[in-house]
Amino acid sequence: MSAKPSLEKRPEPGPGPGSGPGPDGPPLLELRDLHVGYGAIEALKGVDLEVRRGEVVALLGANGAGKSTTLKTVSGMLAPRSGEVLLHGERIDGITSHQLVRFGLGHVPEGRRVFGRMTVLENLHMGAYRLRRPDPADLERVFALFPRLHERRRQVAGTLSGGEQQMLAIGRALMGKPELLLLDEPSMGLAPLIVQQIFGILREINEQGTTLLLVEQNATQALQLADRGYVLETGELVMSGPAGELLSDPRIRAAYLGEHVEAEAEAEAEAGRG
Amino acid sequence: MKATTVSRGKGGGPDMSAAARLRATRWYQQPRWRRLAALLGTALLGAQVTGREGSSSDIFLALKENTTGTGMWIWLGGALLVWVLREFVSEQLAAGWAGVREGARAGASGPLGRGRELWRSLPWVRVAALTALAVFLVLLPLLVTRHWQQVLVDQIGIYVLLVIGLNVVVGWAGMLDLGFIAFFAIGAYSAAYWTGSLPVEPPVVLNNFLVIPVAVVTCLVAGVLLGAPTLRLRGDYLAIVTLGFHEMVYLAARNWRDTTGGTSGASVDRFEIDLGFWSYRWGLDPVPYYWLLLVVIALLIFLFLRLEHSRVGRAWTAIREDEVAAAATGVDTVRFKLLAFAIGASTSGVAGVIYASKLGFINSELFVLLFSILVLSYVIFGGMGSIPGVLLGAAILIWLPEAMRDQVPAQDRFMYLGALLVVMMIYRPQGLLPSRRRRRELEMAEEGAGGADSLGTSEGRRV
Repeated sequence: MSAKPSLEKRPEPGPGPGSGPGPDGPPLLELRDLHVGYGAIEALKGVDLEVRRGEVVALLGANGAGKSTTLKTVSGMLAPRSGEVLLHGERIDGITSHQLVRFGLGHVPEGRRVFGRMTVLENLHMGAYRLRRPDPADLERVFALFPRLHERRRQVAGTLSGGEQQMLAIGRALMGKPELLLLDEPSMGLAPLIVQQIFGILREINEQGTTLLLVEQNATQALQLADRGYVLETGELVMSGPAGELLSDPRIRAAYLGEHVEAEAEAEAEAGRG
Repeated sequence: MKATTVSRGKGGGPDMSAAARLRATRWYQQPRWRRLAALLGTALLGAQVTGREGSSSDIFLALKENTTGTGMWIWLGGALLVWVLREFVSEQLAAGWAGVREGARAGASGPLGRGRELWRSLPWVRVAALTALAVFLVLLPLLVTRHWQQVLVDQIGIYVLLVIGLNVVVGWAGMLDLGFIAFFAIGAYSAAYWTGSLPVEPPVVLNNFLVIPVAVVTCLVAGVLLGAPTLRLRGDYLAIVTLGFHEMVYLAARNWRDTTGGTSGASVDRFEIDLGFWSYRWGLDPVPYYWLLLVVIALLIFLFLRLEHSRVGRAWTAIREDEVAAAATGVDTVRFKLLAFAIGASTSGVAGVIYASKLGFINSELFVLLFSILVLSYVIFGGMGSIPGVLLGAAILIWLPEAMRDQVPAQDRFMYLGALLVVMMIYRPQGLLPSRRRRRELEMAEEGAGGADSLGTSEGRRV
């Protein structure tokens, strides 16, 4: 076994990381009155959202609320019908996803999507594709964050467990030195213990200076990690605020954390009978 | 029997349950004699199909002739041998083979391992082997008969050029192209047009060698024109688009008689070098064409091998695995797919120019769909994505029907080819010499961890 990469000497990711939430200047990412649709269906009906440098922002909502649509629009996989996406105050909507990588946008797609037939190491090298030559310091950083990936670096990615694949997807995105990391449901289909582990690592990644925008159904986990949160419902923002407040908001607790559900069900049953 | 049908499904009981009946139909559940009977029956059928009179219209004569001929005894003997091997010796054979493989993996022990070790440790062994191969290839046409010289040039040489081009499209970028011969046709007609052989006059008459870059550019443009609007499609849909493109090109060549000559064709000038002090003209002798092809093929293989291990090759691999993830890591998927398509098209165009100049004559019937399918089957047979594999695949699949020319009835030759393809796809779907990654893909598909379709482009099945 080779020496484990040290946790201490870690490179600074991205061009201007670690400066913390700057009170002045434009936010790192800003969405202005964003409308996105598929055919006749309007998935986003005017979404305004901002992510400041160094923050963790969670985007919550039920199935079909438009969370993934929002993230896909930011990452360039979808083009908006109207509205603006601004990165560093500059419009980026309409730029395709492979070009956005160059502007410091890292994307962990929904369902992980690792290159199943490449090894872990090949996947990570692929993540640094835009850099022409992978930065060994980045590799060290990823292996320090995910020692599990170091153990399995010669293994074919398709044979990893779901949690390991999620780690690999995050690690692969980090290899491109992103300033803003977009994560689409990193907890999907994973055991609670693994989810906790991954969210712990996400916090570490954020503390190292990478800004995170996170789409989640697992509201408790997401809000425990996030600084701020937005709640989407059928394509519209219905709530936003500091994560702590959202976490204690009774409406959130009712809608996403399953409290009072029994009481409501009983009430509905009563109504049905009456 | 009636009792069985009445009482079944009552859960247990003396009659066969549904599960037991299903199990009883499985091959390995049969008694040995029944497996032998099935194999012998298959052999009888095989003897009928492949016998001298197998295709005779007089069915009784055919039955009599085929069951008394030597072919039947070969078939029956073969079936018996398979039965004995599978029933009684297969475990020992498997154990022996595992031992050989283990030895190869461990290194020094075992003949396979020793050979591989030697190959790795001594560079001069490699150089010597490659030099010997090169010398052999250069001298090959002088060692064979005139008939085989023609086969080497007209078929093996041309198709080898085609398969290394199609391998870029199918094997590396993972796009299913059924219209590859369309670009071959465009190359051939470019040669005819620019040498002034078609009914329409070109602005300037060019030497055949000068036509090659012109044909490359023409095919690049055609490939980009076809590819740009359609490469967003995946797998099966792209295959249909290329099929349509092939038919368009073929029908244009066939029906646009005033320009292309249609089915009656046009004669094309042959290659010629004139340097003033020295000139050479390629004539009817196939051997000089062979050397010309050898140079072109060697050059292209060198270029493509470089490409495979470059950033471009990695981008293709990523696209083949998962287009969305490739785009998320910064790969311009459309551009790289277009690049693969254009490289394939222009290689096909070069082959077309050489083919037309060698034959000295072209007509539309040289570019029917069958040839597109054949090129694709050579690529798959040899091992998609592996250059040595596709070369071997093309060589073997072209050699085989030619070698059988005197052994079997002429109309049966392609039947054997089809049977070989069927057997190959069942027992060795990764091809003769698969690339490392392709082998991995199939192993994973067997473990249920990846898509089993050989192209790996249908993302719907993976999600």
